[in-house]
Amino acid sequence: MDAIVRGDVVRVDGLCVAARDDDGNERLIVKDVDFAVERNTVLALIGESGSGKTTIAMALMGHARPGCRISGGRVQVAGTDVRALAPADLADFRGRRVTYIPQSAAAAFNPSRRIMAQVVEGASIHKLMSRADAAAKAVVLFRALALPDPETIGERFPHQVSGGQLQRLMAAMALLSDPELVILDEPTTALDVTTQIEVLRAFKKVVRERGTTAIYVSHDLAVVAQVADRIVVLRDGEIQEQGETEAMLRAPTHDYTRSLLKAADPTLRSLRAAGDREKPESPLLQVRDLVAGYGRIDAEGRPAAPVLSDISFSIRRGSVLGVVGESGCGKSTLARVVAGLLPAAQGGLKLDGETLPPSAGDRSRDQLRRIQIVFQMADTALNPARTVERILDRPLEFYHGMSGDKRRRRVRELLGMVRLPAEIADRYPGELSGGQKQRVNLARALAAEPELILCDEVTSSLDTVVGAAILELLDELRRELGVAYMFISHDLSTVRAICDEVMILYAGRKVEFGPRQTMSMRPLHPYTDLLISSVPELRTGWLEGVPPASGEGPAKPLPGASACAFFSRCGLRLEGVCDTAAPAPQRLSKGAEILCHRTERELIDGQASRAKSAQDAVTVT
Amino acid sequence: MNSIMARLIGARVAVCAVSLLIVSGLVFVATSLLPGDVTQEILGQSATPEAVAGLRRALNLDRPAPLRYLEWLGGLLTGNPGLSLVNRLPVADLIASRLPNSLLLAGMAAAFCVPFALALGITSAIWRGSAYDRLVNTATVTTVSVPEFLIATVAVLIFAVHLRWLPAMSYASKIESVGQLLRSFALPVLTLSCVVMAQMTRMTRAALLTVLDSPYIEMAVLKGARPARIVLLHALPNAVGPIANAIAFSLAYLVGGAIIVEIIFSYPGIARLMVDAVATRDMPLVQACAMIFSAAYLVLVLIADLAGILSNPRLRYR
Amino acid sequence: MTSAAADPLPRRRRWRISASGGTGLAVVGFWLLMTLLGPSIAPHNAGNMVASDILAPVSWQFPLGTDYLGRDMLSRILWGTRYTVGVALLATLLACLMGVTLGLFAAVQGGLVDAAISRVLDAFISVPSKIFALVMVAALGSSLPVLIGTVAVIYVPGCYRLTRSMAVNINAMDFVTVARARGERTAFIMREEVLPNMALPVLTDFGLRFVFVVLLLSGLSFLGVGIQPPDADWGSLVRENLEGLRDGAPAVIMPAAAIASLTIGMTLLIDNLPGRRRAAMEGH
Repeated sequence: MDAIVRGDVVRVDGLCVAARDDDGNERLIVKDVDFAVERNTVLALIGESGSGKTTIAMALMGHARPGCRISGGRVQVAGTDVRALAPADLADFRGRRVTYIPQSAAAAFNPSRRIMAQVVEGASIHKLMSRADAAAKAVVLFRALALPDPETIGERFPHQVSGGQLQRLMAAMALLSDPELVILDEPTTALDVTTQIEVLRAFKKVVRERGTTAIYVSHDLAVVAQVADRIVVLRDGEIQEQGETEAMLRAPTHDYTRSLLKAADPTLRSLRAAGDREKPESPLLQVRDLVAGYGRIDAEGRPAAPVLSDISFSIRRGSVLGVVGESGCGKSTLARVVAGLLPAAQGGLKLDGETLPPSAGDRSRDQLRRIQIVFQMADTALNPARTVERILDRPLEFYHGMSGDKRRRRVRELLGMVRLPAEIADRYPGELSGGQKQRVNLARALAAEPELILCDEVTSSLDTVVGAAILELLDELRRELGVAYMFISHDLSTVRAICDEVMILYAGRKVEFGPRQTMSMRPLHPYTDLLISSVPELRTGWLEGVPPASGEGPAKPLPGASACAFFSRCGLRLEGVCDTAAPAPQRLSKGAEILCHRTERELIDGQASRAKSAQDAVTVT
Repeated sequence: MNSIMARLIGARVAVCAVSLLIVSGLVFVATSLLPGDVTQEILGQSATPEAVAGLRRALNLDRPAPLRYLEWLGGLLTGNPGLSLVNRLPVADLIASRLPNSLLLAGMAAAFCVPFALALGITSAIWRGSAYDRLVNTATVTTVSVPEFLIATVAVLIFAVHLRWLPAMSYASKIESVGQLLRSFALPVLTLSCVVMAQMTRMTRAALLTVLDSPYIEMAVLKGARPARIVLLHALPNAVGPIANAIAFSLAYLVGGAIIVEIIFSYPGIARLMVDAVATRDMPLVQACAMIFSAAYLVLVLIADLAGILSNPRLRYR
Repeated sequence: MTSAAADPLPRRRRWRISASGGTGLAVVGFWLLMTLLGPSIAPHNAGNMVASDILAPVSWQFPLGTDYLGRDMLSRILWGTRYTVGVALLATLLACLMGVTLGLFAAVQGGLVDAAISRVLDAFISVPSKIFALVMVAALGSSLPVLIGTVAVIYVPGCYRLTRSMAVNINAMDFVTVARARGERTAFIMREEVLPNMALPVLTDFGLRFVFVVLLLSGLSFLGVGIQPPDADWGSLVRENLEGLRDGAPAVIMPAAAIASLTIGMTLLIDNLPGRRRAAMEGH
């Protein structure tokens, strides 16, 4: 009765969800959660992994993952007590009154059925309208969600369509039955930053137009700030704080919320003051004209599947180079080439002046020792069958021939360097948290006493708070040990916080390179501009100010390209010039180097006018 | 059918042909070049060096091995795999008289197995964890672990000896009615089907379970689809490939099972022919039978692979 | 200064064995013991004809009946344990040793080596096991080394395939890449990085393969081309007493039941190893 009177679509009281572990013991993963969602508003459930946000969202549909069950509380959605529904009524309820958009659309679409059949299935299951009517309505939704070829996209199979498009098709499926509540479960997490913008924009527009009530689950505060009216902050299955978005962003009351905000805000995260180092150091690593890829190498020295083309840069001793790009740009391949795991097809590597053989098998043990690599997924980077002690023993034994007491002491030292307690040495990786595993990863790299550490997306799969801690650690270690890093990431803001110089890769080419400060100075390479403007800021209303994209990517590198790879997405492209000849590198007065046909003046003017028109658009709406 | 799929299928067929060739080489090497000379067997006590040499010449065993291999291969492909060493009859005739019997037995067993195994496998997957599922699981595990001759002996014991419903011998030269046909074939077919059916049920269940654990099935549940719809429209289309694979693979077990069954029930099939040939070291017969069995096995495995390729939507639609 | 020390270290998991797993272990353990002790505790010698009543039913004097020559079945079965269990164990060990080593090597080396080994072993798989065994026995006779060798060769490819597919998955993981980048050699990676992470599945596969081997060997003996008289394994025992089937004599049933108990026991045991149990709870 309360729900109907106050216009709440969702009302949750004292929700508890229990999970059964391998030994058969139950423990609560959601503890006593209360919240409500008013009609025509969007509520965000924010939390890191393990906070229970997806579990709560699924509980709203009366669903629990295998091994879990809803053990207590009351869940009222659209006037119905969800827990009291019989299975047949529950099936009626789902897909009609409440719909769900999962995190990975690619996995949630049935690979054997055409897209349209799956999108309109809800209408058939719940007998809402005829198939023809449903299909027509679907096409209307496709258009509203800015999908390409709305008339024909339904005829395709899921594997023929890109990730961002699949996510929007999921949204169309969810909205088809005009539900009273739509649950969006991290719908943009798996997408590239530039694709995320388009999808978010499409979602927001459609949700607003139809006046749908929605619950948005995410770990990203900045994304949530764009779409949500109210926020609920979760941790370990308990609510920490809830309130209006604006109020929470400006003046959070709970410590945890504050730490989330701090971790998410790029400006607060800047660890290095500009001009930190005055004395120029000698180059440690020099890379010249690198060409690398997979498959057989043809007569001209080009691989069958090229990934990197004409990459040249150097890293000075003790400095940090950030390598930024989206999926498929070749940044991980670059790390592998430097480490010798993938021999380059052309070009050369020099370590401290001496040439490095392209393949790790040909390098000396000392050369291998001086370059170490740390991977993204800590789970797969540590041997699950070995204790931490044994994992750290091996590089000490292999590179330095240490044994016995000396080695044991050194292991304790290494653990201390990465701020882990000594007792962790007896543990297996499976018993450690994500942050702890990544620290052990780092300790293993440090055990070799390297001069250069290649960090391949080391914070990307960690929670924001944990990831921020790792970044701080990296910075401390750099200052203490003077080790250089090549820091690879898709997140420009993270990179700017820790790096001295930044290199932007697109489709295997170095499109911009320069000191950190220049990344926020105009003019930028059009792709850098797109990247920066795609990173959501922690304020409401940012989304409306982003200029619309001119195409979708990311693009694959073109073999033997005689055109600019960014052509199809560039807002400043020149027909007839940019698509007929590859651009040459040019130095900008701000101290950076870019790959573009446009002159510096043209770029400055072009980018300024685009920014202004976006601003105008915001003030108008 | 597009070019990628055509190429994949072509590659699989080529691999099958090459495998068959390699198998023929293996069989030939094993039987002809290794010690265990059949001439010793035939002559027995009177195996003087001259007699042995003379017999070898008569049986064409003194020619160089690669030449003999090619001749034998040619003979196989043209339908004339030589003469039986024991009774000098053409191997082709011997096989031709027995092959239809084995095919009949295998065909009946397959026709019996497949529907039951599919039903059991699919239903136990749908109702996983239930008492029914556990019963089916226990039964199939037991059947697969148990030697075929145990099943055969127990079946004979129960049905032929105690209950006297069915005859222990199967092959009657004059079949008077369909009822008599069924009765005389019942025990061999049942025995042969047992292990194959158990294997097929397990593989079908596993294939369907893998599909049922996919994220898109959970999505269908969250769309409000009922169990029947989920299984029929969502799960089965994706399980067709793996299930066809399971069926073809399990049918290959018929080969091994047939040997035991034909012996126990004195069934005049090709497996019994081969076992007798092994006992008498009649090499041409052994070789020819081995090739037939291997070919049948390889063809079934090929069908299984092709089913996997053809049912994959990523390959069908580029 | 940040610290991850606040994260809790969870306790280790303990392994409990279920009822069916315990039964399997008991049965397999019993037969393994009998392999060593069988001949010493058997009431009679295997070859002694002690009864006048041939193919006799179960009695106090002869708990498992007598065979077609009047010999005590219990003794015959106990004496035969060495052949059924011992020979099978040897053959399985041989097959698994070779299969695991080749599989690890192929997965870690990759490239041409992997392709070559896989092609060769695939050809072996193409011949159905019983047929291959029959062909080899026809050529080489039924001596013990031939039987062990043939059976081992038949089951190497299966073990190889399984080992290789698991090893390939583990090989793709980052910690193996780290080891490679460090400069470790193939043997080290095989032994230290890949193998420890497959220990349980390899053990399970050993158990499975043992079951296949027992079935194959007893099947061959049943056909008369396996263990030759005067030695007898359980399959031979079924064969020589086949005429007792008409009367339901235990001489035929008991050896076959013994084989079944061994294989079912082993299957129960491997189905209840840790790691498989969680899958079983979810209904796999």
